[in-house]
Amino acid sequence: MIALYLLLLIPLLAMPVLALVGHKPWAGRFNNWMNATTFSIAVILALIVLRAGTLISDDHWWLVDSFNVYLIALTALVGLTTGIFSGPYMEHEREIGRLTHRRLRLYYAMYQGFMLAMYLILVTNNMGILWVAMEGATLATVLLVSLYRTPESVEAAWKYFILCGVGIAQALFGTILLYFAASQVLGAGDEALEWTTLYVHASEFDPTVMKLAFVFLLVGYGTKVGLVPLHSWLPDAHSEGPTPMSAILSGLLLNDALYAIVRSKMIVDQAVPDHLPGLLMMGFGLLSFLVAVLFLHRQRDIKRLFSYSSIEHMGTMTFAFGIGTPLATFAALMHMTVHSLTKSAIFVTIGHASQIAGTQRMDKIRGLIATQPQVGWGLLVGTLAIAGFPPFGVFVSEFLVLVATMESYPWLALPLLLGLAIAFGGLFRHLHPMVFGRKPEGQEPVQANMMPVFTHLALVLLLGLAIPGILADWFDHAAQLISGGMPQ
Amino acid sequence: MDTLNSLYGQAVFLLAALVLFTSFVMLAQSRVTALVNLFALQGILLAATTALVAIVQNSPHLIISATLTLGLKGILIPLLLHWLILRMGLHRTIDEVKRPLQLLLGAASLVVFSYYVTLPVVELSELETRNIIAASAASLLLGMLLMISHRQAISHVVGFMAMENALFFSAVVSTYGMPLVVELGVAFDVMVAAVIFGVFFFQIRESIDSLDVDRLSRLTETEENE
Repeated sequence: MIALYLLLLIPLLAMPVLALVGHKPWAGRFNNWMNATTFSIAVILALIVLRAGTLISDDHWWLVDSFNVYLIALTALVGLTTGIFSGPYMEHEREIGRLTHRRLRLYYAMYQGFMLAMYLILVTNNMGILWVAMEGATLATVLLVSLYRTPESVEAAWKYFILCGVGIAQALFGTILLYFAASQVLGAGDEALEWTTLYVHASEFDPTVMKLAFVFLLVGYGTKVGLVPLHSWLPDAHSEGPTPMSAILSGLLLNDALYAIVRSKMIVDQAVPDHLPGLLMMGFGLLSFLVAVLFLHRQRDIKRLFSYSSIEHMGTMTFAFGIGTPLATFAALMHMTVHSLTKSAIFVTIGHASQIAGTQRMDKIRGLIATQPQVGWGLLVGTLAIAGFPPFGVFVSEFLVLVATMESYPWLALPLLLGLAIAFGGLFRHLHPMVFGRKPEGQEPVQANMMPVFTHLALVLLLGLAIPGILADWFDHAAQLISGGMPQ
Repeated sequence: MDTLNSLYGQAVFLLAALVLFTSFVMLAQSRVTALVNLFALQGILLAATTALVAIVQNSPHLIISATLTLGLKGILIPLLLHWLILRMGLHRTIDEVKRPLQLLLGAASLVVFSYYVTLPVVELSELETRNIIAASAASLLLGMLLMISHRQAISHVVGFMAMENALFFSAVVSTYGMPLVVELGVAFDVMVAAVIFGVFFFQIRESIDSLDVDRLSRLTETEENE
């Protein structure tokens, strides 16, 4: 239990400290130490839950079960490695004059603020607090999107703020409806918003109200997941903000928003017998997937390209969670993990690549392998992984999604396969000239720390070759829990 | 007792109707200063409704949220917006509403739609205030419509905050408010959001020299002409 409090306390304390000293040369290292500490705490927490099972605090405020504990570990890992990357990166941005001391302080403080919101989303047992933390995550990142103060970045941040604000307001309405349905049975009070209580009593709630609540929750949190047609903020916010931001937005925020939807679905599924939540998620997921793969083809900005790839993968996960069989859920959980790892690695690499070329426009980025082999190969291998090439983990999870689809809805495997092929083409037509070819005049290597990238990619490779027994059990356990095959 | 209850019921109904009415007036309002004043009025009405429910139901935590609403949405945020308007010299700005007639007819049909959607909720609830849920849902949709139909960044903020108002209103009338922790959290978020909006005004103005969001149109999927 102490581990859990420490997990929240460290970013909470680090935030004001970094707000004061964020411009010092050692601020990046301080940030890393904080992230490293939270990561080790997350690992300890994971071990505790692995041994003792679900952890619910005495006052029912916090909940750590097999579903969220692995997401906590994943969040801490991506937060740590992205932090390691961001130190030299932000230093370089400051040297070329894109950042001032004040903005650097804001950046580091909000980095920890964002991590705090992420952990809070994951460990809270209260659907209301979940909403508050989700909105907090938006607030923490919105000023970082406009950190460079270019007209484009301000526009992107405004769009992000307004769209996510409106979206998340729908989720609050959904939460109110949920509370309303629950308080008819349980009476008003904190229990009627506690996930553990809701999960036990959900079958007694009024199905119509629950359906209505789920629609609002799906649309609200779905805006943050980047589900089509509510996705238009995502490529803008990812492409205009600083690269470490893109990495943690793509690798963490999207996951946590999907986590909120899945938690809601677990409750609503019991009240609504006709599988409506699952079907809605499948529809939205498949639509996002198909629209995103088509958009991959017409991108010019390298970060926008991979943002659309994030929408594509989030769509796949939403679809798989929507199918809802244990196999599909297993696949979705695994896909969540490998996508986070791969995508944050790719964004880190892109950060270096665009610093080398001095632009994010793909037609200006050329000959990366000739200029700086580490970055070039990193981008190539990362893209191979995200496109779903064997033997990487993404291949395995996508394959499992396909198998699960064939079991339950055979015809839907067709658009999935077609989409994967289109996505493959979309990524490689842009990648090939960027990575290979001769290096342009005057292009110099930059100081790059590729350690995070290769760690992530090695992990993804490992997951593709053989999932360690512990992790497989874990996914299995979580999949059983989510698909309702096992009592609490 | 019966007369008291019916009197209480009617008062709540009256206030709810007024809240919905301010939503309509805001929708058709084209002067930003007046818009902010209307928003403040809505905040005060909301606080009055909450206070009334709190006194009759004798629930202390609703009194806290009523005070919070009055302070935050009735006074603090409108003052902040007025200060920003003065600072940026926007007090004469007209935010032209295109096709006001169609807009208001659309708004009226949204109200009917909300009555239809919230029927199951109304049937289930046993609270005095249950019939007002439709009015709060309608205010939510009208807030969204306000954001869609107006072009100035200030109007968008007012629309956004009006949506928050509507959500709070629906929580009060359907369940006598959310648990206190959640309400405090939401209030905190709203406050931070208001500050960030202020920061944004300066940033937007610096970058496009205006607060007309129609001019924020650099990021699109269409091919740029080089």
